[in-house]
Amino acid sequence: MDMALDLVAGIGRATLSLFRVTGAIALFALSGLSHIVRPPFYGRVFWGSFLETGFFSLPVVALTALFSGGVIALQSYTGFAQYHAQSAIAGIVVLAVTRELGPVLAGLMVAGRVGAAMAAQIGTMRVTDQIDALDTLSTNPMKYLVAPRLLAGLVALPLLVLIADVLGVAGGFLVAVVKLDFSATAYITATLNALKTEDVTVGLVKAALFGFLITLMGCYQGYNSKGGAEGVGSATTAAVVAASILLLAFDYLITDLFFSH
Amino acid sequence: MTDAPPKIRIRDLCKSFGSKQVLDGVTFDVAQGTSCVIIGGSGSGKSVLLRCILGLMTPDSGSIEIDGENILTAPASRRDRLRGEIGMLFQNAALFDSLPVWENVTFGLLARKRLSRRDARTQAGEILAQVGLDPSVGDLYPAELSGGMQKRVGLARAIAARPDMLFFDEPTTGLDPIMGAVIDGLIVNCVKTLGSTAIAITHDMASAQRIGDQAAMLYQGRLVWQGSANTLMDSGNPYVDQFTHGRREGPITMELRR
Repeated sequence: MDMALDLVAGIGRATLSLFRVTGAIALFALSGLSHIVRPPFYGRVFWGSFLETGFFSLPVVALTALFSGGVIALQSYTGFAQYHAQSAIAGIVVLAVTRELGPVLAGLMVAGRVGAAMAAQIGTMRVTDQIDALDTLSTNPMKYLVAPRLLAGLVALPLLVLIADVLGVAGGFLVAVVKLDFSATAYITATLNALKTEDVTVGLVKAALFGFLITLMGCYQGYNSKGGAEGVGSATTAAVVAASILLLAFDYLITDLFFSH
Repeated sequence: MTDAPPKIRIRDLCKSFGSKQVLDGVTFDVAQGTSCVIIGGSGSGKSVLLRCILGLMTPDSGSIEIDGENILTAPASRRDRLRGEIGMLFQNAALFDSLPVWENVTFGLLARKRLSRRDARTQAGEILAQVGLDPSVGDLYPAELSGGMQKRVGLARAIAARPDMLFFDEPTTGLDPIMGAVIDGLIVNCVKTLGSTAIAITHDMASAQRIGDQAAMLYQGRLVWQGSANTLMDSGNPYVDQFTHGRREGPITMELRR
């Protein structure tokens, strides 16, 4: 009887904790968003975050997209050759890259690189009183630290994904033409025929949402970190894990919303 | 503590974390243009008291009046304006790692748009000179400075806006005795020059006597003594005597797990 009660109590505590954390993240996100549209604006902080999120993530995202496009071409060729359907490869590559792999892989790469860095940076500022110092210097930390980073994520990820889309398709093209002896003209024609505007735009919508989620989790975990170096380390790990899970969950929801019909 | 009208007036301030009562009815005044040093052991509530006064923490009950106005019930806009009248030196200086020293020093002025970035660079040099640093230090980053230099830069940042009130959180912690005395001297000089009202928390007795006009002692969240900083070493109060002379025996008991 006692064990059953303990079990129920444990489930209750976990449920309450889940609601509490979800509510805290939602309030944090709303506060951050509200500061994006209310002056003063910190253009320098935004620009720095934009470069960090977008420009400096470009090499890792570009390489990931390029190789992923090539792998899809190679794998789908192996499978489709059995049914003499090799001509579908171009369409498979472009749809897989623009709808899914571009946004998801770019998102996961940025979560690992930028989300972790944001959590560590803001977390260190928290445990060394730098955030309190901002407060005493008439500067709202949400406005100075969080809002520019959220905006940078919202803007930079779609641009990164656009480049990832091009490079992913290019990776598939290179493998198809150089290794699998496809005609370059036929491959490009098949790619353009398979691609719809909706594929790219939904991918970019996903990217913007992923960018927001990654920076949100990085900022939230860093902002609420405590307990010195160990706390900052935990915040960094939590930021990457939470962003990755949320990213995949929202990827499913958006895919279901736009493509399930 | 003096006959002058208080700049800062604190009444029955209470703050607890769960079942732990950290501040328990703290009441004291700080007169305009004077320095008050609050001493006490680790965990006595000094930092929490300072954070409540700075608005970084909300007390459970009590009042904090600045110039007769209770800041706990004041509108947010008034509290924001009040921040412009405050300078704070944090225990570890809390300089912004990502900004050069000159931007750290003039951060508050730039935030309030009181001057352009070009003018800020020039003014930072002048403020750094006031704390005994060469203006060329402005181009360095905090990680390139020694602990003493970081404290000086933190002090420069605190006084940059010529605040009415200055707060110091253990200003000499982590410094050698000579550098501690240098920082104390700079603090006294800045407070006198600006005519500011100051509150410092410390457990460095030499520093407390150098900085403070008045002193008070916190023990278990309560003020157990208030008086002139000159009388700290000979107060006649058993708590203060035990603390200032570092005696093991006395009314102060340390919570040690065996």
